[in-house]
Amino acid sequence: MWIFSSPTIVYGEQALSHLESLSGRKACIITDANLVKAGLAAKVAAALAPTGMQVEIYDRVEPDPTLEAVKEGAQAMLALQPDWLIAVGGGSVIDAAKAIWILYERPEMDPEAINPIETLGLGAKARFAAVPTTSGTGSEATYAIVLTNAAEKRKLGLGSREALPGVAILDPEMVLGLPPRQTADTGLDALTHAVEGFTSTFHNDFSDGLCLNAAKLVFRWLPEAYADGTNIEARTHLHNAATIAGLGFGNSMAALAHGMGHALGGVFHVPHGRAVALFLPYTIEYCVRGEEGSTRYVELAKFLGLHAGGERDAASHLVNAIRDLEAQLDQPQTIAACGISREDFERELDLLAANALNDTQTIMSTRVPEFDELKRLFTICYEGRLVDF
Amino acid sequence: MTIPFPSDAWIKAMMADLNASEAYLAAAANWEGSFDFIIQVGGKTTTLYMDLWHGKCREAYEVPEGAEHKADFRLSGPVAVWQKVMTKKLDPMQAMMTGQLKLTGNMAMVMKNVRAAKELVESCTRIPTEFPA
Ligand SMILES: [Zn+2]
Repeated sequence: MWIFSSPTIVYGEQALSHLESLSGRKACIITDANLVKAGLAAKVAAALAPTGMQVEIYDRVEPDPTLEAVKEGAQAMLALQPDWLIAVGGGSVIDAAKAIWILYERPEMDPEAINPIETLGLGAKARFAAVPTTSGTGSEATYAIVLTNAAEKRKLGLGSREALPGVAILDPEMVLGLPPRQTADTGLDALTHAVEGFTSTFHNDFSDGLCLNAAKLVFRWLPEAYADGTNIEARTHLHNAATIAGLGFGNSMAALAHGMGHALGGVFHVPHGRAVALFLPYTIEYCVRGEEGSTRYVELAKFLGLHAGGERDAASHLVNAIRDLEAQLDQPQTIAACGISREDFERELDLLAANALNDTQTIMSTRVPEFDELKRLFTICYEGRLVDF
Repeated sequence: MTIPFPSDAWIKAMMADLNASEAYLAAAANWEGSFDFIIQVGGKTTTLYMDLWHGKCREAYEVPEGAEHKADFRLSGPVAVWQKVMTKKLDPMQAMMTGQLKLTGNMAMVMKNVRAAKELVESCTRIPTEFPA
């Protein structure tokens, strides 16, 4: 027994106009100050105007939302009493909005305790829609919530199936102004979701096709969206790919690259997509050295048109394809290339390994490293060596 | 030799296994909280108790029927579901996420120490077990 969840997805040019079909009393747009400055929050507010709803804007979400930040957001919602929450932003904003929604409905809850096991009973106060302004995190189509415990320098992979947005609106116009660096970081996050969603131990018949197609779309369209952000065709396909990958991994699971990426992001604040994409090729090398026949790289490589003579051959071609793509996007491929000094890295290595060890995504990997193995893996990723164990 | 499940001997065997596990020690370094495994067999409910503390199991026993007792965490379900989990036919996270096993307790502790929970289940799978017919 397993469950497939999806929001209603409205996509393509003019998708934003779907907002006029919402009905309610008061909508609160949850976003960040930069997106307000860029005029994207105003676009959403304008699209909501025909509904006659009162529209408020809460713009205090920051990158890598903390436990404190979402509690503060929930306080704001308790004061405003909206019956629609509309997240407008990238993964940080949408994840924060999910947690804010939960705490608005369940003010007594500890955000660290948001879990996919208990029933929360959301929806008594408000409904939830998401309008992504990046093409990558897929948060608009998943129930996953990543929050940062700042005191512990730790990103927590949380979530509740009830926190899935009811509506996801994918309007390519919302990403036309996304700078190349963020386009690459977030687009590679989508690729990582597609690969890990397909290869994690939770993979299933429903998510497989989504993950495969999303991976193909990212390989096909990300270089063009990176090279020319105004290319509407590339933007549209990449935007769709991110949500498709979200549906894929959201109904399966991510895996080790996400576990290690969360750890790195929690300690060194490397952007999420950059961190997980950096680890992806290394984790493929690591997993394929596990139990023979435990991975699905042959199927994935074949689908992508890569050579796949056997499990190891497929993995190595997949790794090369990912590294070639990352090179085209001027992406850092080692921890050192993220600008982290050897000294800082070594000081935090135990914490990185400890946090990755207990990350909710790490345990979905086909090969699950122990503490010492994680230290070795992080060190290899720092130096950019081949995984040899 | 197999050990009948659920029973006092079985939970004591698991305690010995856990206390010998390096992986559990590392994964559960921050774990604090006792655990009740509640198993329904036919019309009867058996509770197996474990006192788990920073990677070690300090005490384990079958709770006598009618005893005044409550652990910090309670994981309950029919023996058929336990059997599927313990023989690796059902993922324990999926069992909990679909309500086949019910978990109550401090969920923040669980979400921050998922690897500890995984190693706990791994330990279950290592005990040579005889399930009720
Ligand atoms: Zn991600």
